[in-house]
Amino acid sequence: MSVLVLMDGAALERALTRMAHEIVEHNPEAESLAFVGIRTQGVPLAHRLATKVGSILKREVPVGELDINMHRDDLALLDSPPNVGRSTIKFDLTDKAIVLVDDVLFTGRTIRAAMDEISDFGRPRRIQLAILVDRGHRELPIRPDYVGRNVPTAPHERVRVQLTETGGKDEVVIER
Amino acid sequence: MKATKWNHKDLLGIQELTADEIRHLLDTAAAFKEVGERAVKKVPSLRGQTMVNLFIEPSTRTRTSFELAAKRLSADVINIAATASSLVKGETLKDTALNLQALNADIIVIRHSAAGAAHFLSRLLTASVINAGDGAHEHPTQALLDAFTIREKKGRIKGLNVTILGDILYSRVARSNIWLLTKLGARVTLAGPSTLVPRVFEEFGCRVTHDIEEAIRDADVINLLRIQHERQRKTMFPSIGEYAAMFGLNKERFARTKPDAMIMHPGPINRGVEIDSEVADCSRSVILEQVTNGLAVRMAVLFLCAGKRKSTEGTE
Repeated sequence: MSVLVLMDGAALERALTRMAHEIVEHNPEAESLAFVGIRTQGVPLAHRLATKVGSILKREVPVGELDINMHRDDLALLDSPPNVGRSTIKFDLTDKAIVLVDDVLFTGRTIRAAMDEISDFGRPRRIQLAILVDRGHRELPIRPDYVGRNVPTAPHERVRVQLTETGGKDEVVIER
Repeated sequence: MKATKWNHKDLLGIQELTADEIRHLLDTAAAFKEVGERAVKKVPSLRGQTMVNLFIEPSTRTRTSFELAAKRLSADVINIAATASSLVKGETLKDTALNLQALNADIIVIRHSAAGAAHFLSRLLTASVINAGDGAHEHPTQALLDAFTIREKKGRIKGLNVTILGDILYSRVARSNIWLLTKLGARVTLAGPSTLVPRVFEEFGCRVTHDIEEAIRDADVINLLRIQHERQRKTMFPSIGEYAAMFGLNKERFARTKPDAMIMHPGPINRGVEIDSEVADCSRSVILEQVTNGLAVRMAVLFLCAGKRKSTEGTE
């Protein structure tokens, strides 16, 4: 197995800064903007984007956390039941412009589950999708609005995102 | 990603579980408790699955709690009470259960007056079997919800002094609680009249005392059990009034407990017998929170057991 570094810490930082500016550009009604990160890796990314967007807008942007395991469509295919975590959304989603954040976009099934779960909490005006790495191979009609890096991959390859918040150094690698 | 720590398609008792499995179940329940606080209190985890409540012994709160837990997970629910079933026409429990399985029931929740009824069904059926109380043997979801409540309120279970007071001999709640609390490192004291709290319970790793003052003095948690009129012969103590006077948690005794001692009761409570109204309704009583937590715990039990069964079916 070979490991190839796709993004180092500096590249990851630049990508997030660009995405934050794009988010501000596409959401002129900034007061309704809020971020929701998908556990586990989407959560620190959502916080970083919210901090960057907040410093551009000079205001605090709310961040929620989502655990999608209760909404999975593949429970019967797993070896054992998944570890279910808590979803924490402390603000009212109604009429908000939500930016859903995850590290890697692959089949799109996680995003489908996340959108279903978000609608359990309320009815946002709009949901957009921010992804650090889009590796292709979609199985559902889902596309991201903000992408850190597009990476063509083979289905068997693994894209791994490490973040300092979850105990690594900032880095995106592909294992092939 | 941490490894999953649940490997049972059935929940038959606490005795069969490891401390890690219990902790994993309580963690999962914490996630499901949050579902009850959402605008839409329902998730699709068990969509398309059918749960049967097979209650051969009467129960309102446990049956309702299981039913609501299943509905919040999007399962379909059928309720069968003993009086309305073919069991009164002479059908055996085995045949009733096989018929339910023939209807493709995925989960069977059973309450029965005979100890071992859930174990018996689990050997017969491929469906998940959940024990909702079998005789005086076990009532695992009650012990799990009690532990969940203790952990939520006190932040831990290990090292706490937990006193279980009342009818221990006939209580499946007591047995499941003893298994669970000792596995998680609490110090368990059993108290009540000597006829209902025999010394043999010391073999479970608990302390047994018949002196109520001593039992409640150092307790961090006091779990009161109902006197089970329906299971008892009259010879266990002279009268309900005498029991209340000797062992009931009244205002005077309550005043001598630790200032942060927490009062629990699995319900239904007999006011004026094992507990006085002032104590049952005070701020240190968590009796109604136990009911709320029971729902979260049962959702976790159904989710984990059904999840394990489905994944096993998938590999066969």
